[in-house]
Amino acid sequence: MLTSGIILLAGSLLSPNPGLIFWTAVTFVIVLLILKKIAWGPILGALEEREKGIQSSIDRAHKAKDESEAILRKNKELLAKADAESDRIIREGRDYAEKLRADFTDKAQAEAKKMIASAKDEIEQEKRRALDVLRNEVADLAVKGAEKIIKTALDADMQKKIVDSMIQDLSTKRN
Amino acid sequence: MKRLNVKRVKAFLKVIAILVPLALNVDSLVAAPHDVAAVPAPAVEAVQGGVQAAPEEEKAGDVIMHHILDNNVFVFDPFGEIHLPKIPLVAGIDISITKHVVMLWLVSAALVIVFSVVGGKYKNMSARQAPRGLANAMEALVEFIRLDVAKSNIGHGYEKHLPYLLTVFFFILFCNLLGLIPYGATATGNVNVTLTLSIFTFFVTQIAAFRAHGVKGYLQHLTAGTHWSLWIIMVPIEIIGQFTKPFALTVRLFANMTAGHIIILSLIFISFILKSYIVAIAVSVPFAIFIYLLELFVAFLQAFVFTMLSALFIGLATAHEGHDEHQAEAAHH
Repeated sequence: MLTSGIILLAGSLLSPNPGLIFWTAVTFVIVLLILKKIAWGPILGALEEREKGIQSSIDRAHKAKDESEAILRKNKELLAKADAESDRIIREGRDYAEKLRADFTDKAQAEAKKMIASAKDEIEQEKRRALDVLRNEVADLAVKGAEKIIKTALDADMQKKIVDSMIQDLSTKRN
Repeated sequence: MKRLNVKRVKAFLKVIAILVPLALNVDSLVAAPHDVAAVPAPAVEAVQGGVQAAPEEEKAGDVIMHHILDNNVFVFDPFGEIHLPKIPLVAGIDISITKHVVMLWLVSAALVIVFSVVGGKYKNMSARQAPRGLANAMEALVEFIRLDVAKSNIGHGYEKHLPYLLTVFFFILFCNLLGLIPYGATATGNVNVTLTLSIFTFFVTQIAAFRAHGVKGYLQHLTAGTHWSLWIIMVPIEIIGQFTKPFALTVRLFANMTAGHIIILSLIFISFILKSYIVAIAVSVPFAIFIYLLELFVAFLQAFVFTMLSALFIGLATAHEGHDEHQAEAAHH
C-alpha cells in the first residue's frame, strides 16, 4: 500500500502522452467506423425488426382476441335469436295446426251433413223412380195376367171394364 | 454421511486456525534475522520517499510501476521481452508504439473479430430466428446498452448515439478484460486513453446539444435560465460544468482500473516483502484472487458506468429542460 502511494505521488501516472492520445483517438475512430459498418447496423436492425415483430404479433393477438370475442358475442346473440325464432315458429305451427284441425273438423262435419242430405235426396228420388218402374211393371203384369184370364173366361166388354177399373184404381192409388 | 463431512471440514478448519498462527510465528522466528533487516525498509522508504529504499522494496515498487505505466517493452517473464519500435517525432509529437497502443490494437482486433462474427450471424438470420451462442451473449449486452442505457437516458433520438455508446462500452470492456490477462496491460488504466475517450464523449455531447437547441438555445442553456444579473456567476459555472463531466469520466475509469491492479500487485508483493510462503498462501493468493474476481466485476461495471454517464450527459444536453421557463418568459413579454 505504501508503494502505491509513492507511485501516485511520483506523478508518472498522470503524465500526459500525446502519442498515446493520438493513437487512442485514431484506433477508437477506426474501430467505431468498422463496428458501425459490420456489427451495429445488422444487429440493431435485427433487434428493431424483432421488436417490431413482437409488437405486431402482440397487437395481432389482441386484435384476434377482440375479434373472436366479438364473434362469440354475435354467435350468442344469433343463437338466442334463433331460439326465440324456433320457439315462435313452433308456437305458431301449433296454433296453426290447432286451427287447421278445428277447420277440418267443421268442414268434415258440414260435408258429412251435406252428403247425408244429398244421399237422402237421392234415396228419395231412387225410391220414386223405383216406384214408377214398379207401377209400370205391375201394370204390365196385370195386363198380361188379365189377358191370360180374359182369354180363357171373359168377353171383351168385361175385359174393358175390369181394365178400366184397374187403371182407375192404380191412378188413384198413385196420386 | 453429509454430517460427517461437515464435521470433518469443521475439524480441518479448527486445525488450520490453530496451525496457521503457529506456522507464521515459526516462520518469522526462522526468518527472524532477515525480517529484522527487511521490516524497517518500508518505513524508511515511506519517510524518505523511496530515495534510499532497501533493494527489495525498490524492486517491488518498480515492478508495480512497470506493470501499471506505459512503456515500449512487453515483458514476457521468464521467456524474454519484446522491444517495440521507436517512431521518429511527427510534428513534435512522439507517436512511437507503446505497450498500451499495442493493447488498444489487440482490443480493436478482438472487437472486430467478435463483432464481424456476430454481425455476420445477424445478417444471415431471419427475424423469426433466435440468436445462439456468441451472438446471443453479445445481444444481451447490446440490448442492455440499447434499452437500459441509451433509451432510458437519452430518450427521443437515441438511435443516433447508439453506435458511439456501444463502441465505447465494448472498447472499454475489452480493454479492462484484456488487462486482467497475464502479460497483458490495461490500456484503460492509462489516463491518456481515458482522457481521449472522455473527449469523444465531450464532443458528442456538445454536438448533440448544438443539434438539439441550436446556437441560441445552447447559449441560453449556459445561463441556466437565471436572471441576467446572475449570469456573471452562472455562465462560468456552467462552462466549467461542461468540462468537469469528461474530467470525472477520465479520472473515474483510470483510477478504478489502476487501483485494482495496484491492489493485486501489492497483495502479491506482501509475500515477497515478508519472504514467507505462509503469507503467500494464507494472505496474498486468496486476497489477490478475491480482488481479481472483483476486478472482473469492476471491468464490466466501469465500462457500464462510462457508457451510462456518457448517455446521461448526452441526454442532459439534448433534453428540453427549462422549456416551461422559456414559455413563461415569452408570455411575460
